[in-house]
Amino acid sequence: MQFPESWLRALVNPPLSTEELCHLLTMAGLEVEECRPAGADFSHVVVARVLSVEKHPDADKLKLCSVDAGAHGVLQIVCGAPNAAAGMLVPCALVGAKLPGIEIKKAKVRGVESCGMLCSARELGLSEDHGGLLSLPADAPIGQDIRSYLKLDDNLITLKLTPNRADCLSLSGIAREVAALTGAPLQLPAVAPVAPVLEDTRGIVLDAPAACPRYCGRIVRGVNARAATPDWIKQRIERCGVRAISALVDVTNYVMLELGQPLHAFDDAQLQGSIHVRYPAAGERMLLLNEQTVTPTADTALIADEAKSLALAGIMGGEHSGISDATTDLFLESAFFNTAAIAGKARALGFSSDASYRYERGVDFELQRSAIERATQLIIDICGGRPGPVVEALVAEHLPTRAPVRLRLARAAKVLGIDLGFDQTEKLIAGLGFAYTRTVDELVVTPPAYRFDIAIEEDLIEEIARLHGYDNIPAPPPTARLEMLPLPEARRGAMQVRRLLAERGYHEVVNYSFVDADWEADFAGAEPAQLVRLANPIASQMGVMRSTLIGGLVGALASNLKRQADRVRLFEVGRCFLSDVTQEGGGGGQDGTGYHQPLRIAALAAGPALPEQWGVATRPVDFFDVKGELEAILAPRRLRFEPTSHPALHPGRAARVLLEDQPIGVIGEIHPRWHQKYELAASAVVFEIDLAPLLAAPFPVFREPSRFPAVVRDIALIVPQHCALQALQDALQAAAPAHVREIRLFDVYQGKGIEPESKSLAFRVTMQDTRKTLADTDADAAVAQLVHTATEHCGAVLRG
Amino acid sequence: MNNLEQLIEQATADFTAATGIARLEEVKAAYLGKEGSLTALLKSLGKLPPEERKTAGAAINVAKAQVESALALRREALKNAQLEAQLAAEALDVTLPGRGPSRGSIHPVMRTLDRIEQLFRSIGFAVADGPEIETDWHNFTALNTPENHPARSMHDTFYLLDAAGKLREDVLLRTHTSPVQIRTMLAHAEKYRHLDSLPEIRVICPGRVYRVDSDATHSPMFHQVEGLWVGANVSFADLKGVVADFLRRFFESDDLKVRFRPSFFPFTEPSAEIDVAFMHGPMEGRWLEIAGCGMVHPNVLRCGGIDPEKYTGFAFGFGPDRLTMLRYGINDLRLFFDGDLRFLSQFQ
Repeated sequence: MQFPESWLRALVNPPLSTEELCHLLTMAGLEVEECRPAGADFSHVVVARVLSVEKHPDADKLKLCSVDAGAHGVLQIVCGAPNAAAGMLVPCALVGAKLPGIEIKKAKVRGVESCGMLCSARELGLSEDHGGLLSLPADAPIGQDIRSYLKLDDNLITLKLTPNRADCLSLSGIAREVAALTGAPLQLPAVAPVAPVLEDTRGIVLDAPAACPRYCGRIVRGVNARAATPDWIKQRIERCGVRAISALVDVTNYVMLELGQPLHAFDDAQLQGSIHVRYPAAGERMLLLNEQTVTPTADTALIADEAKSLALAGIMGGEHSGISDATTDLFLESAFFNTAAIAGKARALGFSSDASYRYERGVDFELQRSAIERATQLIIDICGGRPGPVVEALVAEHLPTRAPVRLRLARAAKVLGIDLGFDQTEKLIAGLGFAYTRTVDELVVTPPAYRFDIAIEEDLIEEIARLHGYDNIPAPPPTARLEMLPLPEARRGAMQVRRLLAERGYHEVVNYSFVDADWEADFAGAEPAQLVRLANPIASQMGVMRSTLIGGLVGALASNLKRQADRVRLFEVGRCFLSDVTQEGGGGGQDGTGYHQPLRIAALAAGPALPEQWGVATRPVDFFDVKGELEAILAPRRLRFEPTSHPALHPGRAARVLLEDQPIGVIGEIHPRWHQKYELAASAVVFEIDLAPLLAAPFPVFREPSRFPAVVRDIALIVPQHCALQALQDALQAAAPAHVREIRLFDVYQGKGIEPESKSLAFRVTMQDTRKTLADTDADAAVAQLVHTATEHCGAVLRG
Repeated sequence: MNNLEQLIEQATADFTAATGIARLEEVKAAYLGKEGSLTALLKSLGKLPPEERKTAGAAINVAKAQVESALALRREALKNAQLEAQLAAEALDVTLPGRGPSRGSIHPVMRTLDRIEQLFRSIGFAVADGPEIETDWHNFTALNTPENHPARSMHDTFYLLDAAGKLREDVLLRTHTSPVQIRTMLAHAEKYRHLDSLPEIRVICPGRVYRVDSDATHSPMFHQVEGLWVGANVSFADLKGVVADFLRRFFESDDLKVRFRPSFFPFTEPSAEIDVAFMHGPMEGRWLEIAGCGMVHPNVLRCGGIDPEKYTGFAFGFGPDRLTMLRYGINDLRLFFDGDLRFLSQFQ
């Protein structure tokens, strides 16, 4: 809501500076978004009459004007404006005037002396119009300072109103608020009924009373639709950001801005029979003023006569409903539409209008009659005409109700944390102009028709807090019972996991949760039916919800490679979204959304294993580097890995990650087929696992260290090339006697001395007993047992 | 006896002349070895008359001890010299860079969320979490924002399609973290249903939220952190106290100005916007809108299964992205979602 400060001050004028007034409004909940001068900063510009215009002797496009500037004399001014003509009144910047970017001096223009400058609207910062000189009305007083003539010493204030404060969508409403806040007297325009001089009326039938419980209409005949709008109206509505169109339209807009009641003027000659407020017939279509054809929904009320529909009630007029320059007879509408009947309708049609904006937030339902009287008076004053009587149709039971609301003093004190006292509370409520009664410990308040946001006690508590000033409520640190929060040792936060990865060189990214559908196909193998699609994505490449974090990491890798990064380590913690709740172990229905939304953590590594540095050979990062990092962040818990296939990953270099036999994610090299498509220079290794299992951190279990020495034996086994370590190790572990503490692989060898289809695996076996020193024979027996098991398992032979 | 003194002198000189351990051992042999001159003198004692033998023997032994002492000294000196030479040869250029992996970084917004969590934890707030695809009921209806409420137009909402490509009206991408309030209250009320009076709820709920908006100052995805305190005696003054305290601690600025200004949210009443003004730095003196807050609306408490006559509460919602920008002087929101290592690595 934009308005000129001068208009507000005409209604209420507290002794406050502009800045203080703006602060007052902001701190009362009517946030001043902007306050700017109505005109540019300039001086020494006066109203002048062009006496004569001659051609410049030396320049085709320049003119030599003789100008009467009243007390400032008759001046010779060189001017290039195409519309300069003798007799017109224009703004004239005198010598010494300062305009935005220009200082006017006496100068010679192509050899001719020029003593000032004639100005366009743009040169005065009034509009962007630079087509020629600003033509002033014929009655503008010659010689008067243009700032005072155009009332430019004014400010345009823009309020950012919250949806509950529809009562401040008018100057009267804002003035009422300022009066309540400051106690300054309110001087609203007096509205007197305009006596009818005609008997002509038009019937009004409320067929949809739930939508429209009150409708006032009036005929005015013999108006001059071509009459000029008075400057004071034009200036005020334009400074509210409303374009001046014609006197009749301008008056309806003026009254809406002044009182808050949207009005509509129909050309009475186009109407047939009574006015009906009704719901549309099935399939009924309408062409609106904005040239949009709509099929209103069954619950959208229409204004219609007996032959045709005229307007979407409270939203927008129809193409044929409006007045034109040829109109002589008017039918004025001033109606109340219920918020529920209008809410969301304009938005559903893809636009907003001043009327719908007000009605869906709430218009004073007692205002219709005075608004139509106010508009009638202005129309008659400006356009002439003879009014008929006001016809009011009313279905009172559908008007909003204003039930009394209790305000218990004790409750207010409890909610606010301070006791304002009964008298002060009463004073604040009275200041708002609300009707109330007072009992022993409460006020019973009846909210006025213009307030749609006072329904419960808390609403009144907010009102008194607001008027008292939020700033005046103390802000001490609260007191509470000191109780410690639980601190489960077997849990860790996601932040700890983040730190572990950051310490290992990974940088955390936050990627969008919506991705390109291609990523889902490429990195999750998602079928089109599995995609979680957005209905209204911001861009097509952000059209589906991700089911994997891998796509985002690959995308971030590619963009970093473009920025010349050579070593990239990234990770992300975030949610994935799966429509198929059965796919990931269920649980999707638990939050009631029907989607499974696990938090996951994923990391990606590309480029050298270590940052390039002296004394260390550079080699590219590989699967086992990243596997080691994954194991490290889960330590001391042990992971298992099984070969797997995954659309994002190299088929021979991908593994499922298992923790306590439960699959928790995948790890692998990005499939080479994506290198070209995603512009990846070299291979990258990723893992993606569920976050939840990572957040368990096992509680340490104490075991007494053995007092007897450990025996360590190394065994090297030659096994077939295809033999996977995990299965062999499992077999060894299962077969090992109790005193075998650990069997650890410490070397893998292929090459000289080993058959081509074989490999040598070297294990270090640590044995220790808690009750005795192990004898060599015990150790020998254990080693023999292990070798035997390996031979059974995969034909392993002991390396000689 | 003159002989012995000469011999000692000679031996000392010979030892000094030996420039290596090996040479010193050779020289040693010439005096103390089997064929050495001192050994020879000792052997010759037998030829002396018995009365001279004792004196001569003592003198030779004294001389031998002196020669051995000279030898030991020289040996020590040579060893030291050798060690020093070795150490000198082993000297490093200590200014060469250290080796090893580099450090990564935690996203600046996560740093902020971590600080927020820690600050609120210090006054007894736990952390709660909720889904990002949320039901319309949790996101709007339960938060006192029924369908067609004008406040819904304050949030431009992302909606989803079902498998058949039809608009799903019952779910959406949450537009704020406030639905976690509802989930938290419902779970709390259920958990303590058997008690006469509910223990207090004190939680914060950080997370991602989504709105159809994208320009230099808006991202379609951003972060919020919701706070909720419900109890028998929680007031607006408490809200002011907690929030003002938090902001001063978060920005580590005791002279930070904080103001509360009436506003409107369907789910709080009274409601307020929180503005801050820094007394130093590039934003000095300007009021910056930083959060929305208020007393939880009775309808919201009811939807959360809590009796608004018995309990009151406050809620607030901060934008950690904006807090992060203000704290570190970051000028472009989009940097947070760009994955640019040159930016991220500044937050080690």
